[in-house]
Amino acid sequence: MPKPKEPEAKGALEVSRRGFLTGAGAVISSSLVAGTEALRAAPDSAESAVAGPGKVDIALTVNGAEKTLALEPRVTLLDALRFELELTGAKKVCDRGTCGACTVTVDGKPAYACSVLAIQVQGKDIRTVEGLAQGDRLHPIQQAFVDNDAQQCGYCTPGFVMACKAFLDKNPTPTLDQVRTGLGGNLCRCGTYVGVAQAVLQSSESQTGSLVGEGRNHA
Amino acid sequence: METTVTKKTERLIGKPIRRREDPRLITGTATYVEDIELPGMHYAAVVRSPHPAADIKGIDTRAAEQHPGVVAVYTGKDIDHLGAVPCGISLPDLRIPHHHLLAQDRVYYVGHPVAVVVAGDRYIAADAVDLVEVEYEPTDSVSEPEEALEAGAPAVHAEWPDNVAFTHHQEGGDIEKAFAEADVIVKERIVSQRLAPSAMEPRGTVASWNSGDETLTVYSSTQIPHILRTLMAGVLGLPEHKLRVIAPEVGGGFGSKCELYPEEALTAFIAMKIGKPVKWVLTRRDEFLATIHGRGHIDYYELAAKKDGTMLGLRVKIIQDVGSFHMLLTPAMPTLSVLMLPGLYRFKNVHADVVGVFTHRMATDLYRGAGRPEATHGIERMVEVLAAELKMDPVELRIKNFVPPSDFPYDTPMGVSYDSGNYKAILEKAVETVGYSQLRQEQQEARRQGRLMGIGIATYGEICAFGPSPALPTGGWESATVKIEPSGQVTVMTGVSPHGQGSQTTFSQIAADELGVDIDDIVVTHGDTSTVQHGVGTFGSRNTAVGGTALVLAIRELKEKIETYGAMLLESDDVTYGAGVCTCNKTGKTVTLGEIAMTSWTGPTYPANTQPGLVATNYWEPPNFAFPFGAHIVVSEVDPDTGEVAISRYLAVDDCGKVINPLLVDGQVHGGVAQGLGQALYEQVVYDDTGQLVTGEYMDYALPKAAMVPTIETDRTETPSPVNPLGVKGVGEAGTIAASPAVVNSVVDALSHLGVRHIDMPLTPEKIWKLVQQGGSA
Repeated sequence: MPKPKEPEAKGALEVSRRGFLTGAGAVISSSLVAGTEALRAAPDSAESAVAGPGKVDIALTVNGAEKTLALEPRVTLLDALRFELELTGAKKVCDRGTCGACTVTVDGKPAYACSVLAIQVQGKDIRTVEGLAQGDRLHPIQQAFVDNDAQQCGYCTPGFVMACKAFLDKNPTPTLDQVRTGLGGNLCRCGTYVGVAQAVLQSSESQTGSLVGEGRNHA
Repeated sequence: METTVTKKTERLIGKPIRRREDPRLITGTATYVEDIELPGMHYAAVVRSPHPAADIKGIDTRAAEQHPGVVAVYTGKDIDHLGAVPCGISLPDLRIPHHHLLAQDRVYYVGHPVAVVVAGDRYIAADAVDLVEVEYEPTDSVSEPEEALEAGAPAVHAEWPDNVAFTHHQEGGDIEKAFAEADVIVKERIVSQRLAPSAMEPRGTVASWNSGDETLTVYSSTQIPHILRTLMAGVLGLPEHKLRVIAPEVGGGFGSKCELYPEEALTAFIAMKIGKPVKWVLTRRDEFLATIHGRGHIDYYELAAKKDGTMLGLRVKIIQDVGSFHMLLTPAMPTLSVLMLPGLYRFKNVHADVVGVFTHRMATDLYRGAGRPEATHGIERMVEVLAAELKMDPVELRIKNFVPPSDFPYDTPMGVSYDSGNYKAILEKAVETVGYSQLRQEQQEARRQGRLMGIGIATYGEICAFGPSPALPTGGWESATVKIEPSGQVTVMTGVSPHGQGSQTTFSQIAADELGVDIDDIVVTHGDTSTVQHGVGTFGSRNTAVGGTALVLAIRELKEKIETYGAMLLESDDVTYGAGVCTCNKTGKTVTLGEIAMTSWTGPTYPANTQPGLVATNYWEPPNFAFPFGAHIVVSEVDPDTGEVAISRYLAVDDCGKVINPLLVDGQVHGGVAQGLGQALYEQVVYDDTGQLVTGEYMDYALPKAAMVPTIETDRTETPSPVNPLGVKGVGEAGTIAASPAVVNSVVDALSHLGVRHIDMPLTPEKIWKLVQQGGSA
């Protein structure tokens, strides 16, 4: 699908309110770190210490592939994935870091893609739900979601899958209580939590070779 | 002749078939509205009122219009020739304010759309919202419905200073006699608080106008694509056949997407106006502000009974918080509550008065259960209050008053006829499974130790499988088309519009069994008004009971035609179709469905008086609703130091009639319980005294998370419904209806020795802690 039309260039005196705030925010944070980081990043001139508000080149490594984008610095990783890289698995539900539907992993750790700027995660290993399956073969956690009816409308599902994967990578043999607490960063309004927890348990045990055998009715 | 159709004798109905929907959902490749990008896409962003009540003195759009990248700004004057946001309900004294797509000279709630900004870039559109300068003159507002009913309260609509939106009265039996004969009358004020349906996918619409042939294509996150098309065509003044509505993948609805919202029509209007495709998607904050809320009841209950526990009659006054405008079905919500007031009990005397009240808030309308959770919460709380009053065991009291199995079909005093049920059996099953008498002993022991343990029971009945057409402004039938392609593969088009229910799976199971073909040879499609015959949609737990029945009947009609073709090919007049082949009963010769299908489409000859092709469409009008029922039991413990409620057991025993897929039925129960439990313990939409929405983000509105939902034990009884040939009832809303009274009853039970009779939801730690501290008298 084609990308949205490029925004028209803004004149120097015509920055929008949000553009102004973004620019101002960058200036303020530069001064808060006493100039050291800003100076390291851009030692040549005061002007270049502030990236944007116009587009800058940003290089992202997503699912193992290097992508170069021209983005305003205010663009979140989530928007970059969805609107620039056509990776629409991660969802924008709250855009505030409260629901987890945009969860991806950054260097193996779960991250809310809505709450990270694309410019911040350059050079890091970004993984999304699209990169999980091997060809037609679902990743074990994806298969476990299917086996345990762990999704209904599916909108929270990609975020849940990535959160579960990161959780299992860190906790390969969790208890049910650990799973339920560990998934506290993701919301599902369809209420599939029982199935998700089962999926995580099945997946954790399948990694050590023993599948959950019985149905989930009384799990 | 080749065929891909496999012979199948194994029946799939009743089996936990994994969902056909899942591969696209689990890999992130499903296409929701926000995933759709079209060439030349523009983006709309809505300017909303920050005031609950204000006159608009002027709107200056110049700065926004001059902002680079902005294409257009529209305000109320640009759309006043368009139709109003529709309300589909009629009641004798219903007052329907004209609900423009954009505010005209006044705003009526925080979040009221005032203007729309359109730009070629989503960020520019969002930025430019802040450049629209609206001059407001705030006026007094009223937020609480009981305050709105008081004399002298600010009028939401000047023409109706009493703020009464409608009234409704219904009665059955002789209430005066029932109360005169009563030994005991228990009374309670019971609130079912406003809730946010809060589907994970925010509402959104993409509209694309083709100026050449003057057709409009609208992708919308909706539960009712066909109805949306009719309504939107009316609002826009567009010939209906020039409008195509597509519900792509929809990320949950729970009733909140059974509407024509102003923004949906505005997006379409803008696409026609600028000749470019336009996308609009709500932010979460705006979703909280401007998507309908559910519930919003203040109910006054009086229950009359004999001292042996025989319930005689129920008198109820329902105050429904309408908000400032009606949406599509708003006034129907409390009337559905009224139909469910007697619950599963056989008393014949009921008296209900409803008043709908305008307030300066977003409208209320359908949210999972829609009127029935309020009624069930009410009666199941009142039974507990009566049990406490009479010092009777709540299980015994319920069983004493249940409609007995011999009375079905059972005509209730509210004029509906319960189709089938065995209420005593399901409660006894739940009681036995949970070990009720053992739990009561444990409770005694816990109390001796100073622990606050409670056992909560809720039984429920539900009106679902909506429904007979007289009950719905949209028609209550549903449709299905079944087509056997020339290759023998099967395409099903259903008029329902599932969005998480898994109906592609259940319908595939039904079709596989009816046709005797492999499930992989079936594809179920829905949601596109250009390709799917007219349909009603998905709400009111109706997909399988109504849409599934239409599917069965379409296939049965088609099977006759298959046999006609089979007879021709087998040169026999005695053939039977089954398991993917047509067999001559005399010779045993067979011809496959694939061979029959190819012949039906390509000839060269056709049976006499028989049209080519294998396609059948059925529109099925149900003769009645279906009435699922169940018993849920909750064991909880209250922490006296923090007021926190911990649920140690949740048992759900449900009867949704014949089960097509137990995996999906369990999923619906789990999800329903999560939402009912959310209402019981955590959720509420809060407007402050000045009419501002306080709970506008997930940081403030507490949706249950994984650790807040206990492990749910599920079990079932199976009482087929006589209303449809599948014997199914419906299960989408059951968990939600049962969970809130079950949870609240358990907590009240935990505190009953302190004299606590009732606590309004949500049972926040603060509320419970105060009750414990004050010895039950908060």
